[in-house]
Amino acid sequence: MVFKDAALTPEEMPKTTPVPNPHGRMPTGVSWEPIESPIGRGAPRAPGVRVERHLVEELEVDPLAEDLMVVNIGPSHPAMHGTFRLKCWLDGETIIKAIPEIGYLHRCFEKMSELHPWQEVFPYTDRLNYMSPFLNNVGYAMAVEKLLGIEIPKRAQRIRVILGELSRVMDHFVCVGTNLVDLGALTNFWYLFRGREEIYSLLEHVSGARMMVAYGRIGGLMRDVHDGFEDEARALLKSLPKYIDDVDRLITNNRIFIDRSRGVHAISGEEAIDWGWTGPCLRAAGVPYDVRKAHPYYDYDQFDWQVPVGTTGDVYDRYLVRMEEMRQSLSIVEQALDELSDGPVNVDDWSISPPPKDMVYNTIEGMVAHFKLTFEGIQVPPGEVYSYTEGGNGELGFYLVSEGGGHPFRIHCRAPCFAIYQNIGPSLEGCMLSDIVAIMGSLNVIAGELDR
Amino acid sequence: MAEFVAENLRRRFGDALERISDERGDLTVWVDRGRVHELLDHCKRDPELDFSFCMDVTAVDYLPLGGTPRFAVVYHLYSLKTGKRVRIKTGVPEDDPVVATAVDVWKSTDWFEREVYDMFGIRFEGHPNMKRILCHRDFQGHALRKDYPADLRWKLLRPDDLLDEISSDEMQRIRARVSHPISE
Repeated sequence: MVFKDAALTPEEMPKTTPVPNPHGRMPTGVSWEPIESPIGRGAPRAPGVRVERHLVEELEVDPLAEDLMVVNIGPSHPAMHGTFRLKCWLDGETIIKAIPEIGYLHRCFEKMSELHPWQEVFPYTDRLNYMSPFLNNVGYAMAVEKLLGIEIPKRAQRIRVILGELSRVMDHFVCVGTNLVDLGALTNFWYLFRGREEIYSLLEHVSGARMMVAYGRIGGLMRDVHDGFEDEARALLKSLPKYIDDVDRLITNNRIFIDRSRGVHAISGEEAIDWGWTGPCLRAAGVPYDVRKAHPYYDYDQFDWQVPVGTTGDVYDRYLVRMEEMRQSLSIVEQALDELSDGPVNVDDWSISPPPKDMVYNTIEGMVAHFKLTFEGIQVPPGEVYSYTEGGNGELGFYLVSEGGGHPFRIHCRAPCFAIYQNIGPSLEGCMLSDIVAIMGSLNVIAGELDR
Repeated sequence: MAEFVAENLRRRFGDALERISDERGDLTVWVDRGRVHELLDHCKRDPELDFSFCMDVTAVDYLPLGGTPRFAVVYHLYSLKTGKRVRIKTGVPEDDPVVATAVDVWKSTDWFEREVYDMFGIRFEGHPNMKRILCHRDFQGHALRKDYPADLRWKLLRPDDLLDEISSDEMQRIRARVSHPISE
């Protein structure tokens, strides 16, 4: 039997017309031309338009398709957790060759950031790893603060730790929950997502948004937390462990889960380091590298907590590491809540943090400071920094270049997913087709962060 | 703080190092483009330095500042053993945007370098798969160059069969393996 790649015959091809680019403003002084005729199902149809022949011919010639079955998984597939495409050549159920294609969610975060003042980049960072948006806020804010050479008040640090660790729990909830639901264990998904909703409610109360919080600010936070924040956070500390324990009892010794995950996609520590892995996936391979321990920030070294590590780096170990990390994170939250003291949450510098509202409305100095901050942006001195925090998936780095002024000259985000996902092609060879869903879920690749 | 790193590199690459700075706790080493591969290899293999991680590869376009050379390729290395970090920068001129690849040193640079190629048009010589990664293969121009307009949109829908990512050797190997399943 001959299996072809998923190609359209000329008859099946949608009849389309080249559409002029609605936003198309050609750059000045650039010599390239837009490609001749963009086509696609989404474009408006017009009668009597030629079909792009090269598309059909090119896709039909797959020399491997005579012997192997070609399966395109994604870009839109329930088990892929985002828009990734994985083209697999299968011999029976065994993957002979797999090639990933990414970029479906690419929106050029880095280019967009260059067009905004420093403080307006926060909403973009929310959308990097959108499972734990506040951790991205913290990572970016820390980078700019390093460039400015300022230290934020203790209370802001504590709140960043509390909400950051809760975001990490949320991130792991989603990862473990969806990983399990892909393997057929739906119950855990409900348990964990219920906990996630509870954390969302706290974030909503704090910031006004459930998901894309944009609560971080350069030099502190958007505003202080509300009255009763501590009680709500402590209530979470009571309820969340129950969900983790429930899943633990259902899954950790579950025969089906162990059969599906143990030994699957195992990776050695050296190999993982060579591929640039960080975060839970690296720690599952036995390397105890956690930015919060190795390079403590915000007094992480003063809290009492451990870094869980695995041994084999397989899907099962990644699950175990994430489960333990959630417990450790909750322990950090509890300690940080105990030490949460009163005080300001923003640096006392009107060229970085806006003045209080009554000053803006009632004094000329306050109004001028507010006006200049909004229109000209925070004036960041020239220089460059690389700042790194532990995000949900590993080392979240921001490389910033400033040439002075209110706008970034260059922002680069070192996304942990990007490094983790790049060995998916070689490492899938020899795996079974059904392993892909277990592996993809356990890597916790987030398209927003991968494609930026 | 990271003096021994700078000292080690200075000893080995004295004349090839264009500048060494230590600002805000970040050690930055500018190196001549022709020796960047040698330096990266040294950073990983040297037992004293032992930079086991290549955390990141990116680039900066200094066009608005009139920088010569126009681009800089930036490597961020991290040593698990010593806990030190170093930033390696190398200037890349606009008319010859080529740097030697570091894929043979760290596998992690594979996609990082492809991203730099995609966004800046800087090619990495010796890279096994120097192809765009985030943008569509029909995309023209390089989006993070400073002279690329941010509001330019492309409508590109031609699917990619990804066959160009399989080398002919590998193709032969796969076919030979598949056509004789019993031989194993």
